[in-house]
Amino acid sequence: MSTAERTDEMGAVDTAKLQTVTASGAPRRGLAARLVARIGGGAAQALLALVALFWLIPTFGLLVVSLRSNSDNNAGGWWQVFTKPSQLTVDSYQNLLGKADFVDSFWNTVAITVPSTVLVVVIASLAGYAFAWLEFPGRDWLFLLVVALLVVPVQVALLPVAELYGKVDFGGFQMMGSITGVVLFHVAFGLPFAIFLLRNFFAGIPRDLLEAARMDGGSEWTIFRRVVFPLGGPAIASLGIFQFLWVWNDLLVSLVFADTDAQPMTKWLQSQMRQFAGNIDILAPGAFLSLLIPLAVFFAFQRYFVQGVLAGSVK
Amino acid sequence: MAEVVLNGVGKVYPDGTRAVTDLNLTIADGEFLVLVGPSGCGKTTALRMVAGLEDISEGEVRIGDRVVNHVPSRDRDLAMVFQSYALYPHLSVRDNIGFGLSLRKMPKDEIHRRVEEAARVLGLTDHLDRKPRNLSGGQRQRVAMGRAIVREPQAFLMDEPLSNLDAKMRVQTRAEIARLQRDLGVTTIYVTHDQTEAMTLGDRVAVMKKGQLQQVAPPQELYDRPANLFVAGFIGSPAMNLVQGTFAGDADDPRVEIGGQSLALPDKVLSERPALGDYFGRNVVVGIRPEDMEDATLVDAPEGTTLTSTAELVEAMGSDVLVHFAVEAAQVVTEDTKELARDAGTDVLGALEAPRTVLVGRFSPRTRVRVGDPVTTRVDTGRLHFFDIDTGAAIWGTDAAPSGRNEE
Repeated sequence: MSTAERTDEMGAVDTAKLQTVTASGAPRRGLAARLVARIGGGAAQALLALVALFWLIPTFGLLVVSLRSNSDNNAGGWWQVFTKPSQLTVDSYQNLLGKADFVDSFWNTVAITVPSTVLVVVIASLAGYAFAWLEFPGRDWLFLLVVALLVVPVQVALLPVAELYGKVDFGGFQMMGSITGVVLFHVAFGLPFAIFLLRNFFAGIPRDLLEAARMDGGSEWTIFRRVVFPLGGPAIASLGIFQFLWVWNDLLVSLVFADTDAQPMTKWLQSQMRQFAGNIDILAPGAFLSLLIPLAVFFAFQRYFVQGVLAGSVK
Repeated sequence: MAEVVLNGVGKVYPDGTRAVTDLNLTIADGEFLVLVGPSGCGKTTALRMVAGLEDISEGEVRIGDRVVNHVPSRDRDLAMVFQSYALYPHLSVRDNIGFGLSLRKMPKDEIHRRVEEAARVLGLTDHLDRKPRNLSGGQRQRVAMGRAIVREPQAFLMDEPLSNLDAKMRVQTRAEIARLQRDLGVTTIYVTHDQTEAMTLGDRVAVMKKGQLQQVAPPQELYDRPANLFVAGFIGSPAMNLVQGTFAGDADDPRVEIGGQSLALPDKVLSERPALGDYFGRNVVVGIRPEDMEDATLVDAPEGTTLTSTAELVEAMGSDVLVHFAVEAAQVVTEDTKELARDAGTDVLGALEAPRTVLVGRFSPRTRVRVGDPVTTRVDTGRLHFFDIDTGAAIWGTDAAPSGRNEE
């Protein structure tokens, strides 16, 4: 996308914003509107930066703690590092990465999160398309059922599902405690929201576009793959990021369903907590490492959040 | 390229609403047929049934030798231009135009060649790598046209393709579509609610009302010999004046009385319309085109060819002057005129205290008539139209009937 195009879009957005502002400030530009206009540029941004900084302090503290030795941490707060930068060391990280069970738990997290995310996105986008655009008997009732599932809390399903996993024989495969069991649970509880989100997004695609693709010779599958899926990009990307973060950060589900061989980082970290000792040289670097991947995922896909792909398709 | 035939086609929605009734049309290979009518008349539904975007409830649709009732859209080999253009926003102009070809697994260089050719014809060469959102309305419309023509389909279907353009652009694009269709010689079905578009574009025009075909004919015939009140009122701008009158006199001296004024009819009126002989002494609907009226002071106006009244409104259009004046004759209130009024957004007043109908005459700009002046209007009585007051059908001879509802 060229710069010209981008400014064009931004311009459109700005006008829309302006219109809402003037609409609410009618008949004459109110004091609030003028204040916003006056300080909007500099002061508001400075305030935002301050809030963001405040929110970042604990995370930054965690990073610093993870980079100090255990004895230094016991001797004083992490801010001492500003006066004694020599305290910084990567010993804790080396120590942690040397622990086989931590590294295993990292790969377990990946093995749980990736399929949980991919399955949810694939199934939900197919289902969303069907609910939005295919005619089949009972469609609306089925969709209503899916929406109704949104209100079922995870907690009430933990015990019944655990019992089910224990009872049902999957050809000798032990579902309880396995990665597969955890993934299945995440997919099942991710789907209602995912289907709801994508169905509504797909339903907003102009009907003419799909009909044009049909006239152009597209089958349902081609239309889905070449028109709906690309147009659904922003919704699918944001759904993917949300689902990824939820599953990556999950502790509850893995506490119930994952045994020691299948435990993700969150559960491993939780098992490292001690009642009377800090154990901070394990927890701090472990927590920080578990934070890095979601951050990378977010920054990789965040531009999809704001992209208005539908502009200019139909007039 | 192929012939498209609609045979007794009807559409009934699941809730029982009837959109199209017994539609019979044969669109010859290479013909440009325009479907026209007010909103809600079923013209778009008919087009969508041909396209395969709407199930066909009754009858059959044939494209070439193939009955396509149960053939999905993608296998009908038709190209459609949508009112909204329906361009794929995530694809460049080049990919938009070539989309249908790439779905058909055409070799890349052949697609490239055809897209370049279409872009050249449509003047889009400089815009091929832009996205639709960066194009103007007219350019988007041309991309939609390009997407249709590269396919080299059996037929084009166009659903009000000009209605999103501003007036100037519309006239220009209209001419472009006419030229393209003539050059390519592709069978085309074009839907519009604009009678000017219908008249200028169509080889033949099919007028629809409430799901029923009223008349199919070449534009000039539609104008000269409308089959009924609805077609008469719909085709032509300003619309034909419709007023109640009495067919009087005898075979040697036929006259028509309109609000106490008498118009003498030339002999050819009766000889052209044998059926009119049965109407002596009866009320009929008289149709007078504004173009067939002139300021009597400017032309030779023999006795019995004029109507006198007072000018109520004078609209100078430059090339001509529209003069509104009333005669003391009853308005025509039938189902057809109500439908026309609904389309025009006006109301038909029911029975007034005194019978009164406003007529519009299109006078030469040399007229000196001002609002409030008495006005004498010369009527070209040889070009009057007569309709049965009960059925609304045009009165002609039985054998000389114009092409009617069912064309073979």
